[in-house]
Amino acid sequence: MKKRLLYLLPIVLLGLFAAIAWIGLSPSRDPSALPSALIGKPVPSFKLTTLDPASGGLSQQDFAGKVTVVNFFASWCVPCKAEHPLLFQLGKDYNVPVYGIAFQDQTADTARYIQEMGSPYTKIGLDQNGRTAIDFGITGVPETFILDKNGIVRYRLAMPIDADRLAGEIGPLLKSLQ
Amino acid sequence: MKQRMKRKTLRLYMLVASLCLLGVAVGLTLYAFQSRIVFFFSPSDIAKERPATGQVVRLGGLVEAGSVTKTGDGATIVFNVTDLKNTVAVSYRGVLPDLFREGQGVVVEGAYESDGTFSASEVLAKHDEKYMPPEVAEALKKSGRWQEGENGTPVSTTPAAASSNP
Amino acid sequence: MIAEIGHYALVLAFALALAQSVLPMVGAAKGIRPWMAFARTAALAQLVFVGLSFLALVACFVRSDFSVLLVYEHSHSQQPLIYKIAATWGNHEGSLLLWVLILAFFGALVALFGENLPPRLKARALSVQGMIGFAFLAFMLFTSNPFLRLNPAPLEGQELNPLLQDPGLAMHPPMLYLGYVGFSMTFSFAVAALIEGRVNAAWARWVRPWTLLAWTTLTAGIVLGSHWAYYELGWGGWWSWDPVENASFMPWLVGTALLHCETVVEKRDALKVWTILLAIIAFGFSLVGTFLVRSGIITSVHTFAQDPARGLFILAIFIVALGASFGLFAWRAPTLNAGGLFAPISREGALVLNNLLLAVGTGTVFVGTITPMVFSILGLNPISAGAPYYGWTFVPLMAPMVLLMAIGPLLGWKRGDLPGALQRLSAAGIIALVVAGYVLHRQSGTSIWAPLGIALGVWLALGTIIEWIERVKLFRARPRENWNRARHLPRAAYGMTLAHLGLAIAVIGMTGSTAWRVESVQVMKPGDSITIGRYAYHFDGVLPARGPNYLAERASFTVTKDGKPYTILYPERRQYEVQESPTTEAAIHSSIAGDIYAVIGDRAGPDTWTVRIYHQPLVPWLWVGGALMALGGLTSLSDRRYRIGVPNRLPVVQATGA
Repeated sequence: MKKRLLYLLPIVLLGLFAAIAWIGLSPSRDPSALPSALIGKPVPSFKLTTLDPASGGLSQQDFAGKVTVVNFFASWCVPCKAEHPLLFQLGKDYNVPVYGIAFQDQTADTARYIQEMGSPYTKIGLDQNGRTAIDFGITGVPETFILDKNGIVRYRLAMPIDADRLAGEIGPLLKSLQ
Repeated sequence: MKQRMKRKTLRLYMLVASLCLLGVAVGLTLYAFQSRIVFFFSPSDIAKERPATGQVVRLGGLVEAGSVTKTGDGATIVFNVTDLKNTVAVSYRGVLPDLFREGQGVVVEGAYESDGTFSASEVLAKHDEKYMPPEVAEALKKSGRWQEGENGTPVSTTPAAASSNP
Repeated sequence: MIAEIGHYALVLAFALALAQSVLPMVGAAKGIRPWMAFARTAALAQLVFVGLSFLALVACFVRSDFSVLLVYEHSHSQQPLIYKIAATWGNHEGSLLLWVLILAFFGALVALFGENLPPRLKARALSVQGMIGFAFLAFMLFTSNPFLRLNPAPLEGQELNPLLQDPGLAMHPPMLYLGYVGFSMTFSFAVAALIEGRVNAAWARWVRPWTLLAWTTLTAGIVLGSHWAYYELGWGGWWSWDPVENASFMPWLVGTALLHCETVVEKRDALKVWTILLAIIAFGFSLVGTFLVRSGIITSVHTFAQDPARGLFILAIFIVALGASFGLFAWRAPTLNAGGLFAPISREGALVLNNLLLAVGTGTVFVGTITPMVFSILGLNPISAGAPYYGWTFVPLMAPMVLLMAIGPLLGWKRGDLPGALQRLSAAGIIALVVAGYVLHRQSGTSIWAPLGIALGVWLALGTIIEWIERVKLFRARPRENWNRARHLPRAAYGMTLAHLGLAIAVIGMTGSTAWRVESVQVMKPGDSITIGRYAYHFDGVLPARGPNYLAERASFTVTKDGKPYTILYPERRQYEVQESPTTEAAIHSSIAGDIYAVIGDRAGPDTWTVRIYHQPLVPWLWVGGALMALGGLTSLSDRRYRIGVPNRLPVVQATGA
């Protein structure tokens, strides 16, 4: 019998490893799944220059009084390009202004990117040093936030938007907020 | 009978050999864990308790914007690593990784010299610009930046205020 | 259209895998022959469908079909053809498909050439193989479909990561996967043997080619990866104990142990339980590797996607596969009959010691790999275990093993003559000590580690050669007899000689490059010169250069040795078309004494560059040694005894049929 116990050793060790790995994978450890501390809170205040100097800067005051979508992107970011068409669709189908914030991107690159891909954005803020991104607590690009009419953050998505999520999650939320 | 005796002796030998080896391995591992493991510090950790001179540590945070300068012969680079609450000046001699950028997260490995400067032996930046090293994210979270607004206090930090923290 | 065909073929393979995992297993238990025979058909069809799917994906990449998301994200129309193809597996989804393809390939090999296997064992092994395929196909179809479309299709793709645009790295993943997946075959055989309750010499013989194949390709894969890191990452190191490197190293260590104890089962019918356990663990570590690399639980330069859902899926596969097989092990292993006896000092005894050392060595690597992860999960102060940790744990455990490796082959089976063996090795010992003394005298410091390492390498090399000399009775018989003996030595014996010699050379390379590396960082203007040791480097200047899909700044250094012209080095700094970050391309000049290695970094001023120059003594020895080890594996594999399809001369022990 004692001998048998020894043969059980591998499975016990496996259980231990599995338990640790299981905890390690729990969503609370995944930075992109962090429920943003901002949800239910007012949007952080910030002030950025804009890509088009004529539009005169982007700050939290631009969001006042309407439901808005804020999208962090960058010209060097692959998934951003993937979700780009959906941003057009989002703005059109749900009739919301989409504000873009270019994260740690050279102005010339952002301009080239927008020229190439078209602009779904009402305004594009330039967050070259990434400070505003830190205030929003983003962990990477793309990230998307939805703000209600009072400028309260209602939703955060720390990954590219996909069609399913747009129809199933973001769309209904936008409708209900409006 | 003799066969069984022999088998028993053989088993005993094997058991003794494996236990001895296991003991040696555990001993070595424990020793290595005591003296050869590198701990991770955030700038705020260092502000609280500076690691001993010569102790190799990893330091993680953001490269403070505007802090990167070259000194001496031009091959030594000095920059500040910040978690937006505290900063640590780091000097590094060598070629910076391709993705080293101001405002970007970094992890540096190095130690305090006897003259009080933090000298990096290695600057690590992952080859992916979307990436924030988890230790850096952790450090930023700990320094309170990511819990901003949690207690209902409105968020009012501007970029200028953030970088002016000592 | 092509992508849809590929996707459809995957779904079919998935359904087939389900049938392959159930029918033959039940058939073997109940003695239904047609069901057992179905394993063969299923395994072959599996290869056809997965192969079709893989070809479809390759076709999408070659045609630069950017309506497929994966192609868009990892390829570019200007990329050279070889990198378009390599891009197929330069990403999570595609590499997974390659993984499954290799799995199907091995299954089909067993189905085709396993004529001499007892039908039950074959049916069960293929069934287990089918289960693994089923799990990974499910993983792919539900979490990582490579054929997802992108609508509307972009005009141009995102390009393969420039670091991966390299011939060495194009070959690295397929090699590594051949190794990982090769262990799935030994795993399947081990599980089948446990179900059967029988392990014997014949079993060891059937399993051996798979272990050898897996070990050989894994060796090649690791060496290629290490070589790539050395010349491409530009920091001049060849091993950094990164978790992902360790993930491939741990199955290699266990596989090495398995390779050695299989011979004990084959020759002496002993150590069966341990062999079965190692076969399970070797594949277990392959799965751990897959899990660590793909789940995002650790971070490393090499990791693919960070997606917890994928992590959970792989963790589930891992737990089910290992849980079931360890459970089976705990249940059935105690019933395996004990094997032959041997004295502690004997070939078997030496192999046991080798296995113990490898096992605890693997243990220390495993602890070093997962402890930082455990610390961070438990919310403790984050730590990292780097080279110093391994230098104090793994290396001291491997040094006695190398010492032992020269002695073991000289001991006889059952009962060995240790004093006799040592006496025959005395020449090796003396020369090794003399070399150590010479090295200690010549090197600048007084550190004893480098002389010790070199001496170990010399000892092993000479010991291995002495063993061969003994076998062919060189100097003790007439040349004609020497020649005859040399010709008739089994290939497996030559395999061992080559592999051990390879390790000896690699050990010398590792020691030299670790102990005597010189690094110099300089800011230089064109026209400047620096002298390092006997070499002087004259910076001629920087010129623009153009590749197929990148622009580069190419520097030129004229190198003189002792004042005489030696070579010209052209390190580059490349800017690829799409990906923003520049990459450095090191310039390396190799000789038997070592490499000189130059990298240019950022422009430090209007006309000045940061330049890094390394002297890397003995690094080429590492690649030569690694190649010899892989060659040794191949030589062993070609041994007549293991050739698949060759009728077995041993009486087949298992009864055939129902």
